[in-house]
Amino acid sequence: MRQPLIPPMGFKYTLLQRLAAIMPPGRFLERPEHLAAYESDGLTAFRARPIAVVIPETAEEVIALVRFCRAERLPFVARGSGTSLSGGSLPVPGGIVIALNRLNRILKLDPAQRLAVVQPGVVNLDVTQAAAAYGLHYSPDPSSQSICTIGGNVAFNSGGAHCLKYGMTSNHVLGIQAVLATGEVVEWGGPSRETVGPDWCGLFTGNEGLFGIALEITLQLLPRAECFHTVLAGYRTLEQAGDAVSAVIASGLLPGAIEIMDALALEAAVAAVHAEYPPGCEAVLIVELEGPREVVAADRERLDEIIAASQPVEARPARDAAERIAIWKGRKSAFSAVGRLSPDFIVQDGVVPRRRLGEALRRIGEMARASGIRVANVFHAGDGNLHPLILFDGRQPGALQRAEALAGRILEMCVEMGGSITGEHGVGMEKRDYLSAMFSADEIDCMRRIRSAFDPLGIANPGKMFPASEAPALQHHGLHPLEKAGVISRE
Amino acid sequence: MNAVLAPASFEELADAVRSAPRVLAVGAGTKPRLSAVDADVVKLSTAGLRGISEYDPSEFTFTAAAGTPLREIAAALGERGQYLPFDPMLVDSGATLGGAVASGLSGPGRFRFGGLRDFILGVRFVDGTGRLMRMGGKVVKNAAGFDLPKFFVGSLGRFGVLAEITFKVFPRPPSVLTLRLDAATPDAAVKILTDASNSRFEFDALDVTPSDPRILARLAGPRAALEAITHEVFARWPGEVLSEDAAALLWTSLREFHWSHADSPLAKIALSPSVAVSLYQAVQSIEGARLHLSAGANLAFVSLASTAQARELDERLRTLNLSGVTLRGDAPLWLGQHTRPAISEAIKQALDPLNRFPPLDPEYGM
Repeated sequence: MRQPLIPPMGFKYTLLQRLAAIMPPGRFLERPEHLAAYESDGLTAFRARPIAVVIPETAEEVIALVRFCRAERLPFVARGSGTSLSGGSLPVPGGIVIALNRLNRILKLDPAQRLAVVQPGVVNLDVTQAAAAYGLHYSPDPSSQSICTIGGNVAFNSGGAHCLKYGMTSNHVLGIQAVLATGEVVEWGGPSRETVGPDWCGLFTGNEGLFGIALEITLQLLPRAECFHTVLAGYRTLEQAGDAVSAVIASGLLPGAIEIMDALALEAAVAAVHAEYPPGCEAVLIVELEGPREVVAADRERLDEIIAASQPVEARPARDAAERIAIWKGRKSAFSAVGRLSPDFIVQDGVVPRRRLGEALRRIGEMARASGIRVANVFHAGDGNLHPLILFDGRQPGALQRAEALAGRILEMCVEMGGSITGEHGVGMEKRDYLSAMFSADEIDCMRRIRSAFDPLGIANPGKMFPASEAPALQHHGLHPLEKAGVISRE
Repeated sequence: MNAVLAPASFEELADAVRSAPRVLAVGAGTKPRLSAVDADVVKLSTAGLRGISEYDPSEFTFTAAAGTPLREIAAALGERGQYLPFDPMLVDSGATLGGAVASGLSGPGRFRFGGLRDFILGVRFVDGTGRLMRMGGKVVKNAAGFDLPKFFVGSLGRFGVLAEITFKVFPRPPSVLTLRLDAATPDAAVKILTDASNSRFEFDALDVTPSDPRILARLAGPRAALEAITHEVFARWPGEVLSEDAAALLWTSLREFHWSHADSPLAKIALSPSVAVSLYQAVQSIEGARLHLSAGANLAFVSLASTAQARELDERLRTLNLSGVTLRGDAPLWLGQHTRPAISEAIKQALDPLNRFPPLDPEYGM
C-alpha cells in the first residue's frame, strides 16, 4: 500500500484525495460512469450513488479502509456481487462502497476435517465446486448461488431450498475473522464444529453489514448425499398441495427440500425453460429425499405412498439425474421467468407457521385480487417460507407504490400469524419499516445498543434494518441488468 | 452462601433482576462451576419457570420456559415421534433447558445435524436493566434482527437471563443401531473417525469411549437400510453391533458423565480432528485423567483425577491452541486458549450496563 503523500504547508487534501492515497489507481473509482454500476442491488426499486467505490485486494487493505472510514466518520457499505433482495448492499449517499469481489480466494480446503476457509468475495457455488473433488459440498444454496458471495451470505444469513434439513448460512459458519466498524480485528471460532463461550459467529452472521466486514470465513462442508429421490406432483388446488406437505411432515420423513409453485409461477417456468408440468394443475409440489442409497430406497416407498394418497393429478418421480436436474431447473428459473410475464416485480420473503400455509396463500390471493395485482407464488413449503412475486408495471404511475402497499400487507399478515417478515433475504432497506411489526420498542432499542457496540459511529451500512432512518427516495428503474441477462434470480 | 430468589412468572423474573445489584440465573445446578460466583450474587432459580407453552409437532418447533427439565421435553417430544437431535446432556441428572442453552452443551448427536446452537430459534430474556424481551422467532426459518439467541448459547447467563426458549425439532428416526469399531491405537481411532465422517454412510454419532480407544458409531434410519449398511461398514472397519441394552447403557453413561471422576474437575473442549491425537496424548500424560472424544472429534470432555491437575490441563490446552470451559469442580472457568476482544466488553455494556450479571472473565473483572 502506498504511503499517503505529505501535503505542502497550508494545503489540505480533500476526503476523496486522502482516500485515493490509500488505494492504488484503478482500484479507486469516483467517475459517475464507474459508480453507476454500484448504484443498486437485487432490490431494483432503490438506487443511490456513492461518492466513491474502492476495490481492495487484501484483508490488510480492507482493514485500512475501515479504519480510514472510522477516522473520517465516512459511511461505508461492503458489497459482494450486489444480489441482495432486501437492498442490503444499497450505497449510502455520501458514503463509499467497499467492493470485495477481488478477495476471492479459497484459502484452505481441508477434506479430512470437512471445512473450507474462504475470503468474503468467493462465490457460493465455487466453494461447492472446489469441494466436489473430495465428495463434499457447501450446503446453503440460494438461487443466486452462481454469483452471490460468501461474504454477502454471511452478512444476510442466506438460505436456499435445503434449509429444513441443514439450516441456513449461520449453521455452516464455524469461524470468522472480521474487522469491526470500530477498526478492531477479531477472530472467533475456528476449525472445530463446537464452540466454547458465547457464540460470536452466530451473532455476527446475519448482521446485515452493520457490524463490520468479514475477512476470512471458515465454512463447514458436508459429504454430498450419495442418492436422491425427487418427486414432482401436480395438484388441482394449492390447498391439496399444502395438504400433501402436511402429510409428508406428519409421516416422520425428513426430506431435504419441499417446494411448491403455483399456476402463475408454472406458466412462467414453462415459458422460460420449457419446463413441462402435468396439465390442469394449480400447484406443483417438489419433494426431495437424500441420503445413503439404502435409506433413500426405504424412505421413497413411504413417500410414494403418501403422495399417491394425496390425490395428485399426476406424480412424476425423477428417473435419473437428468430428470432431477430438469425439475430443479424449472423451480430455480421460476423467479427470473416471472420477469417475462411482467415488466417488474417485487419478491417477498415472509414466513408463516407451516400449518397456516393454505390460509396464508388464500389471503394473499384475496388481497391480490382486491388490489387488482397479479401475484405468483413460489415457496419453501417445508419451512413455511413464502416468496410471493408481486407483478407490476413500473411505467404506470403509482404502480410501484400499490405493489409496495400489497407487499406490506402480506408482511403484516405473516407477523400476525406468528411468523416472520423475512426468512432468508434479511430486512435491509426494503423491510426496515416492518421490523417494528415484529419487535417491540424495547427490543429494537436493544438491537440498536448491540449495533452501537460494534459500530458506535453508525458508519457501517447505516440506514438498513432499523426503521425510521434517513432513506434515499424510492425510485423505480426496472430489473437488475444481471437479472435481465438471466444470470441471477430472486428468491 | 448466595441468597436465592425463585420467581414464579416472567414478570417476577424481571422484577427479581431489578431487585439486586448482582444476580445470576441458575437451573438445576448440574454444571455447578458455571454458577460458582461471589457470595454477594443473588441467584435466580428458574425452578418456578417450568413447562412447555407451545408445541405443535407439525411445525417442528416447541417453546418452553427456561426452568423446564430436559427430561420433560424429551418425553413430550418422544410421545409425538420427535426429538432434539443434538443429544442434550445430563438429562437424567435433571438439567434444564435454560441451563443447556447457557452452558452451550451438546452431546454426541451434534455430529449429524449440528449442535444446540443450530436448533435454537428464539428466546425471551431479561437484560441487565430488567427488560423482558424477545429475540429471534418462533418459526423454523427467520432472518429478522440480530441473532441474539445464538449469542446466548454458551454465554453462561452473563449477558441476560433466559425466560423462555423456542427450538426446532426433527422427526425421530425409526430405528438406531450402535456399532462398536475396533481401533488399536488413538491414531487409528481418529483416522477411522475422519474417514467415517466423510463416508457415504451418514453416521448419526461417532465417538471414542473414555475407557479405551474404541469407537461408538451410531446409525439412524429405517431398520432394513441400517442392517444393509452395517455389513459394508464392518467390511471396512471390523467391529460388532451392540445390543439395544448395551448401547443404551453406553450412551447414557456418556450423556450423564457416569464415566467421569465424581468430584474433581470436568471440562468441555472445542476440538478439531487434526489435534485429537495430541489431546489424547496430553490427557493420557495426566495421571488418572479421562477423555471422551465426541462428535467425530469435534468435541471432547475431560475428567481430571484431582483439582491439582487443572493447571496442567490448562497449559496443555494452551499449547494445543484449544479452549475449554469447566463444568464442575474447582478449576478456572475458562481453560486453554482464550482471548477477549474489546467488543466483548462493549456487548456486555449494551446488554448489562449496570454489571448486574457476573463478568464472563472473573479473573479480569470483565
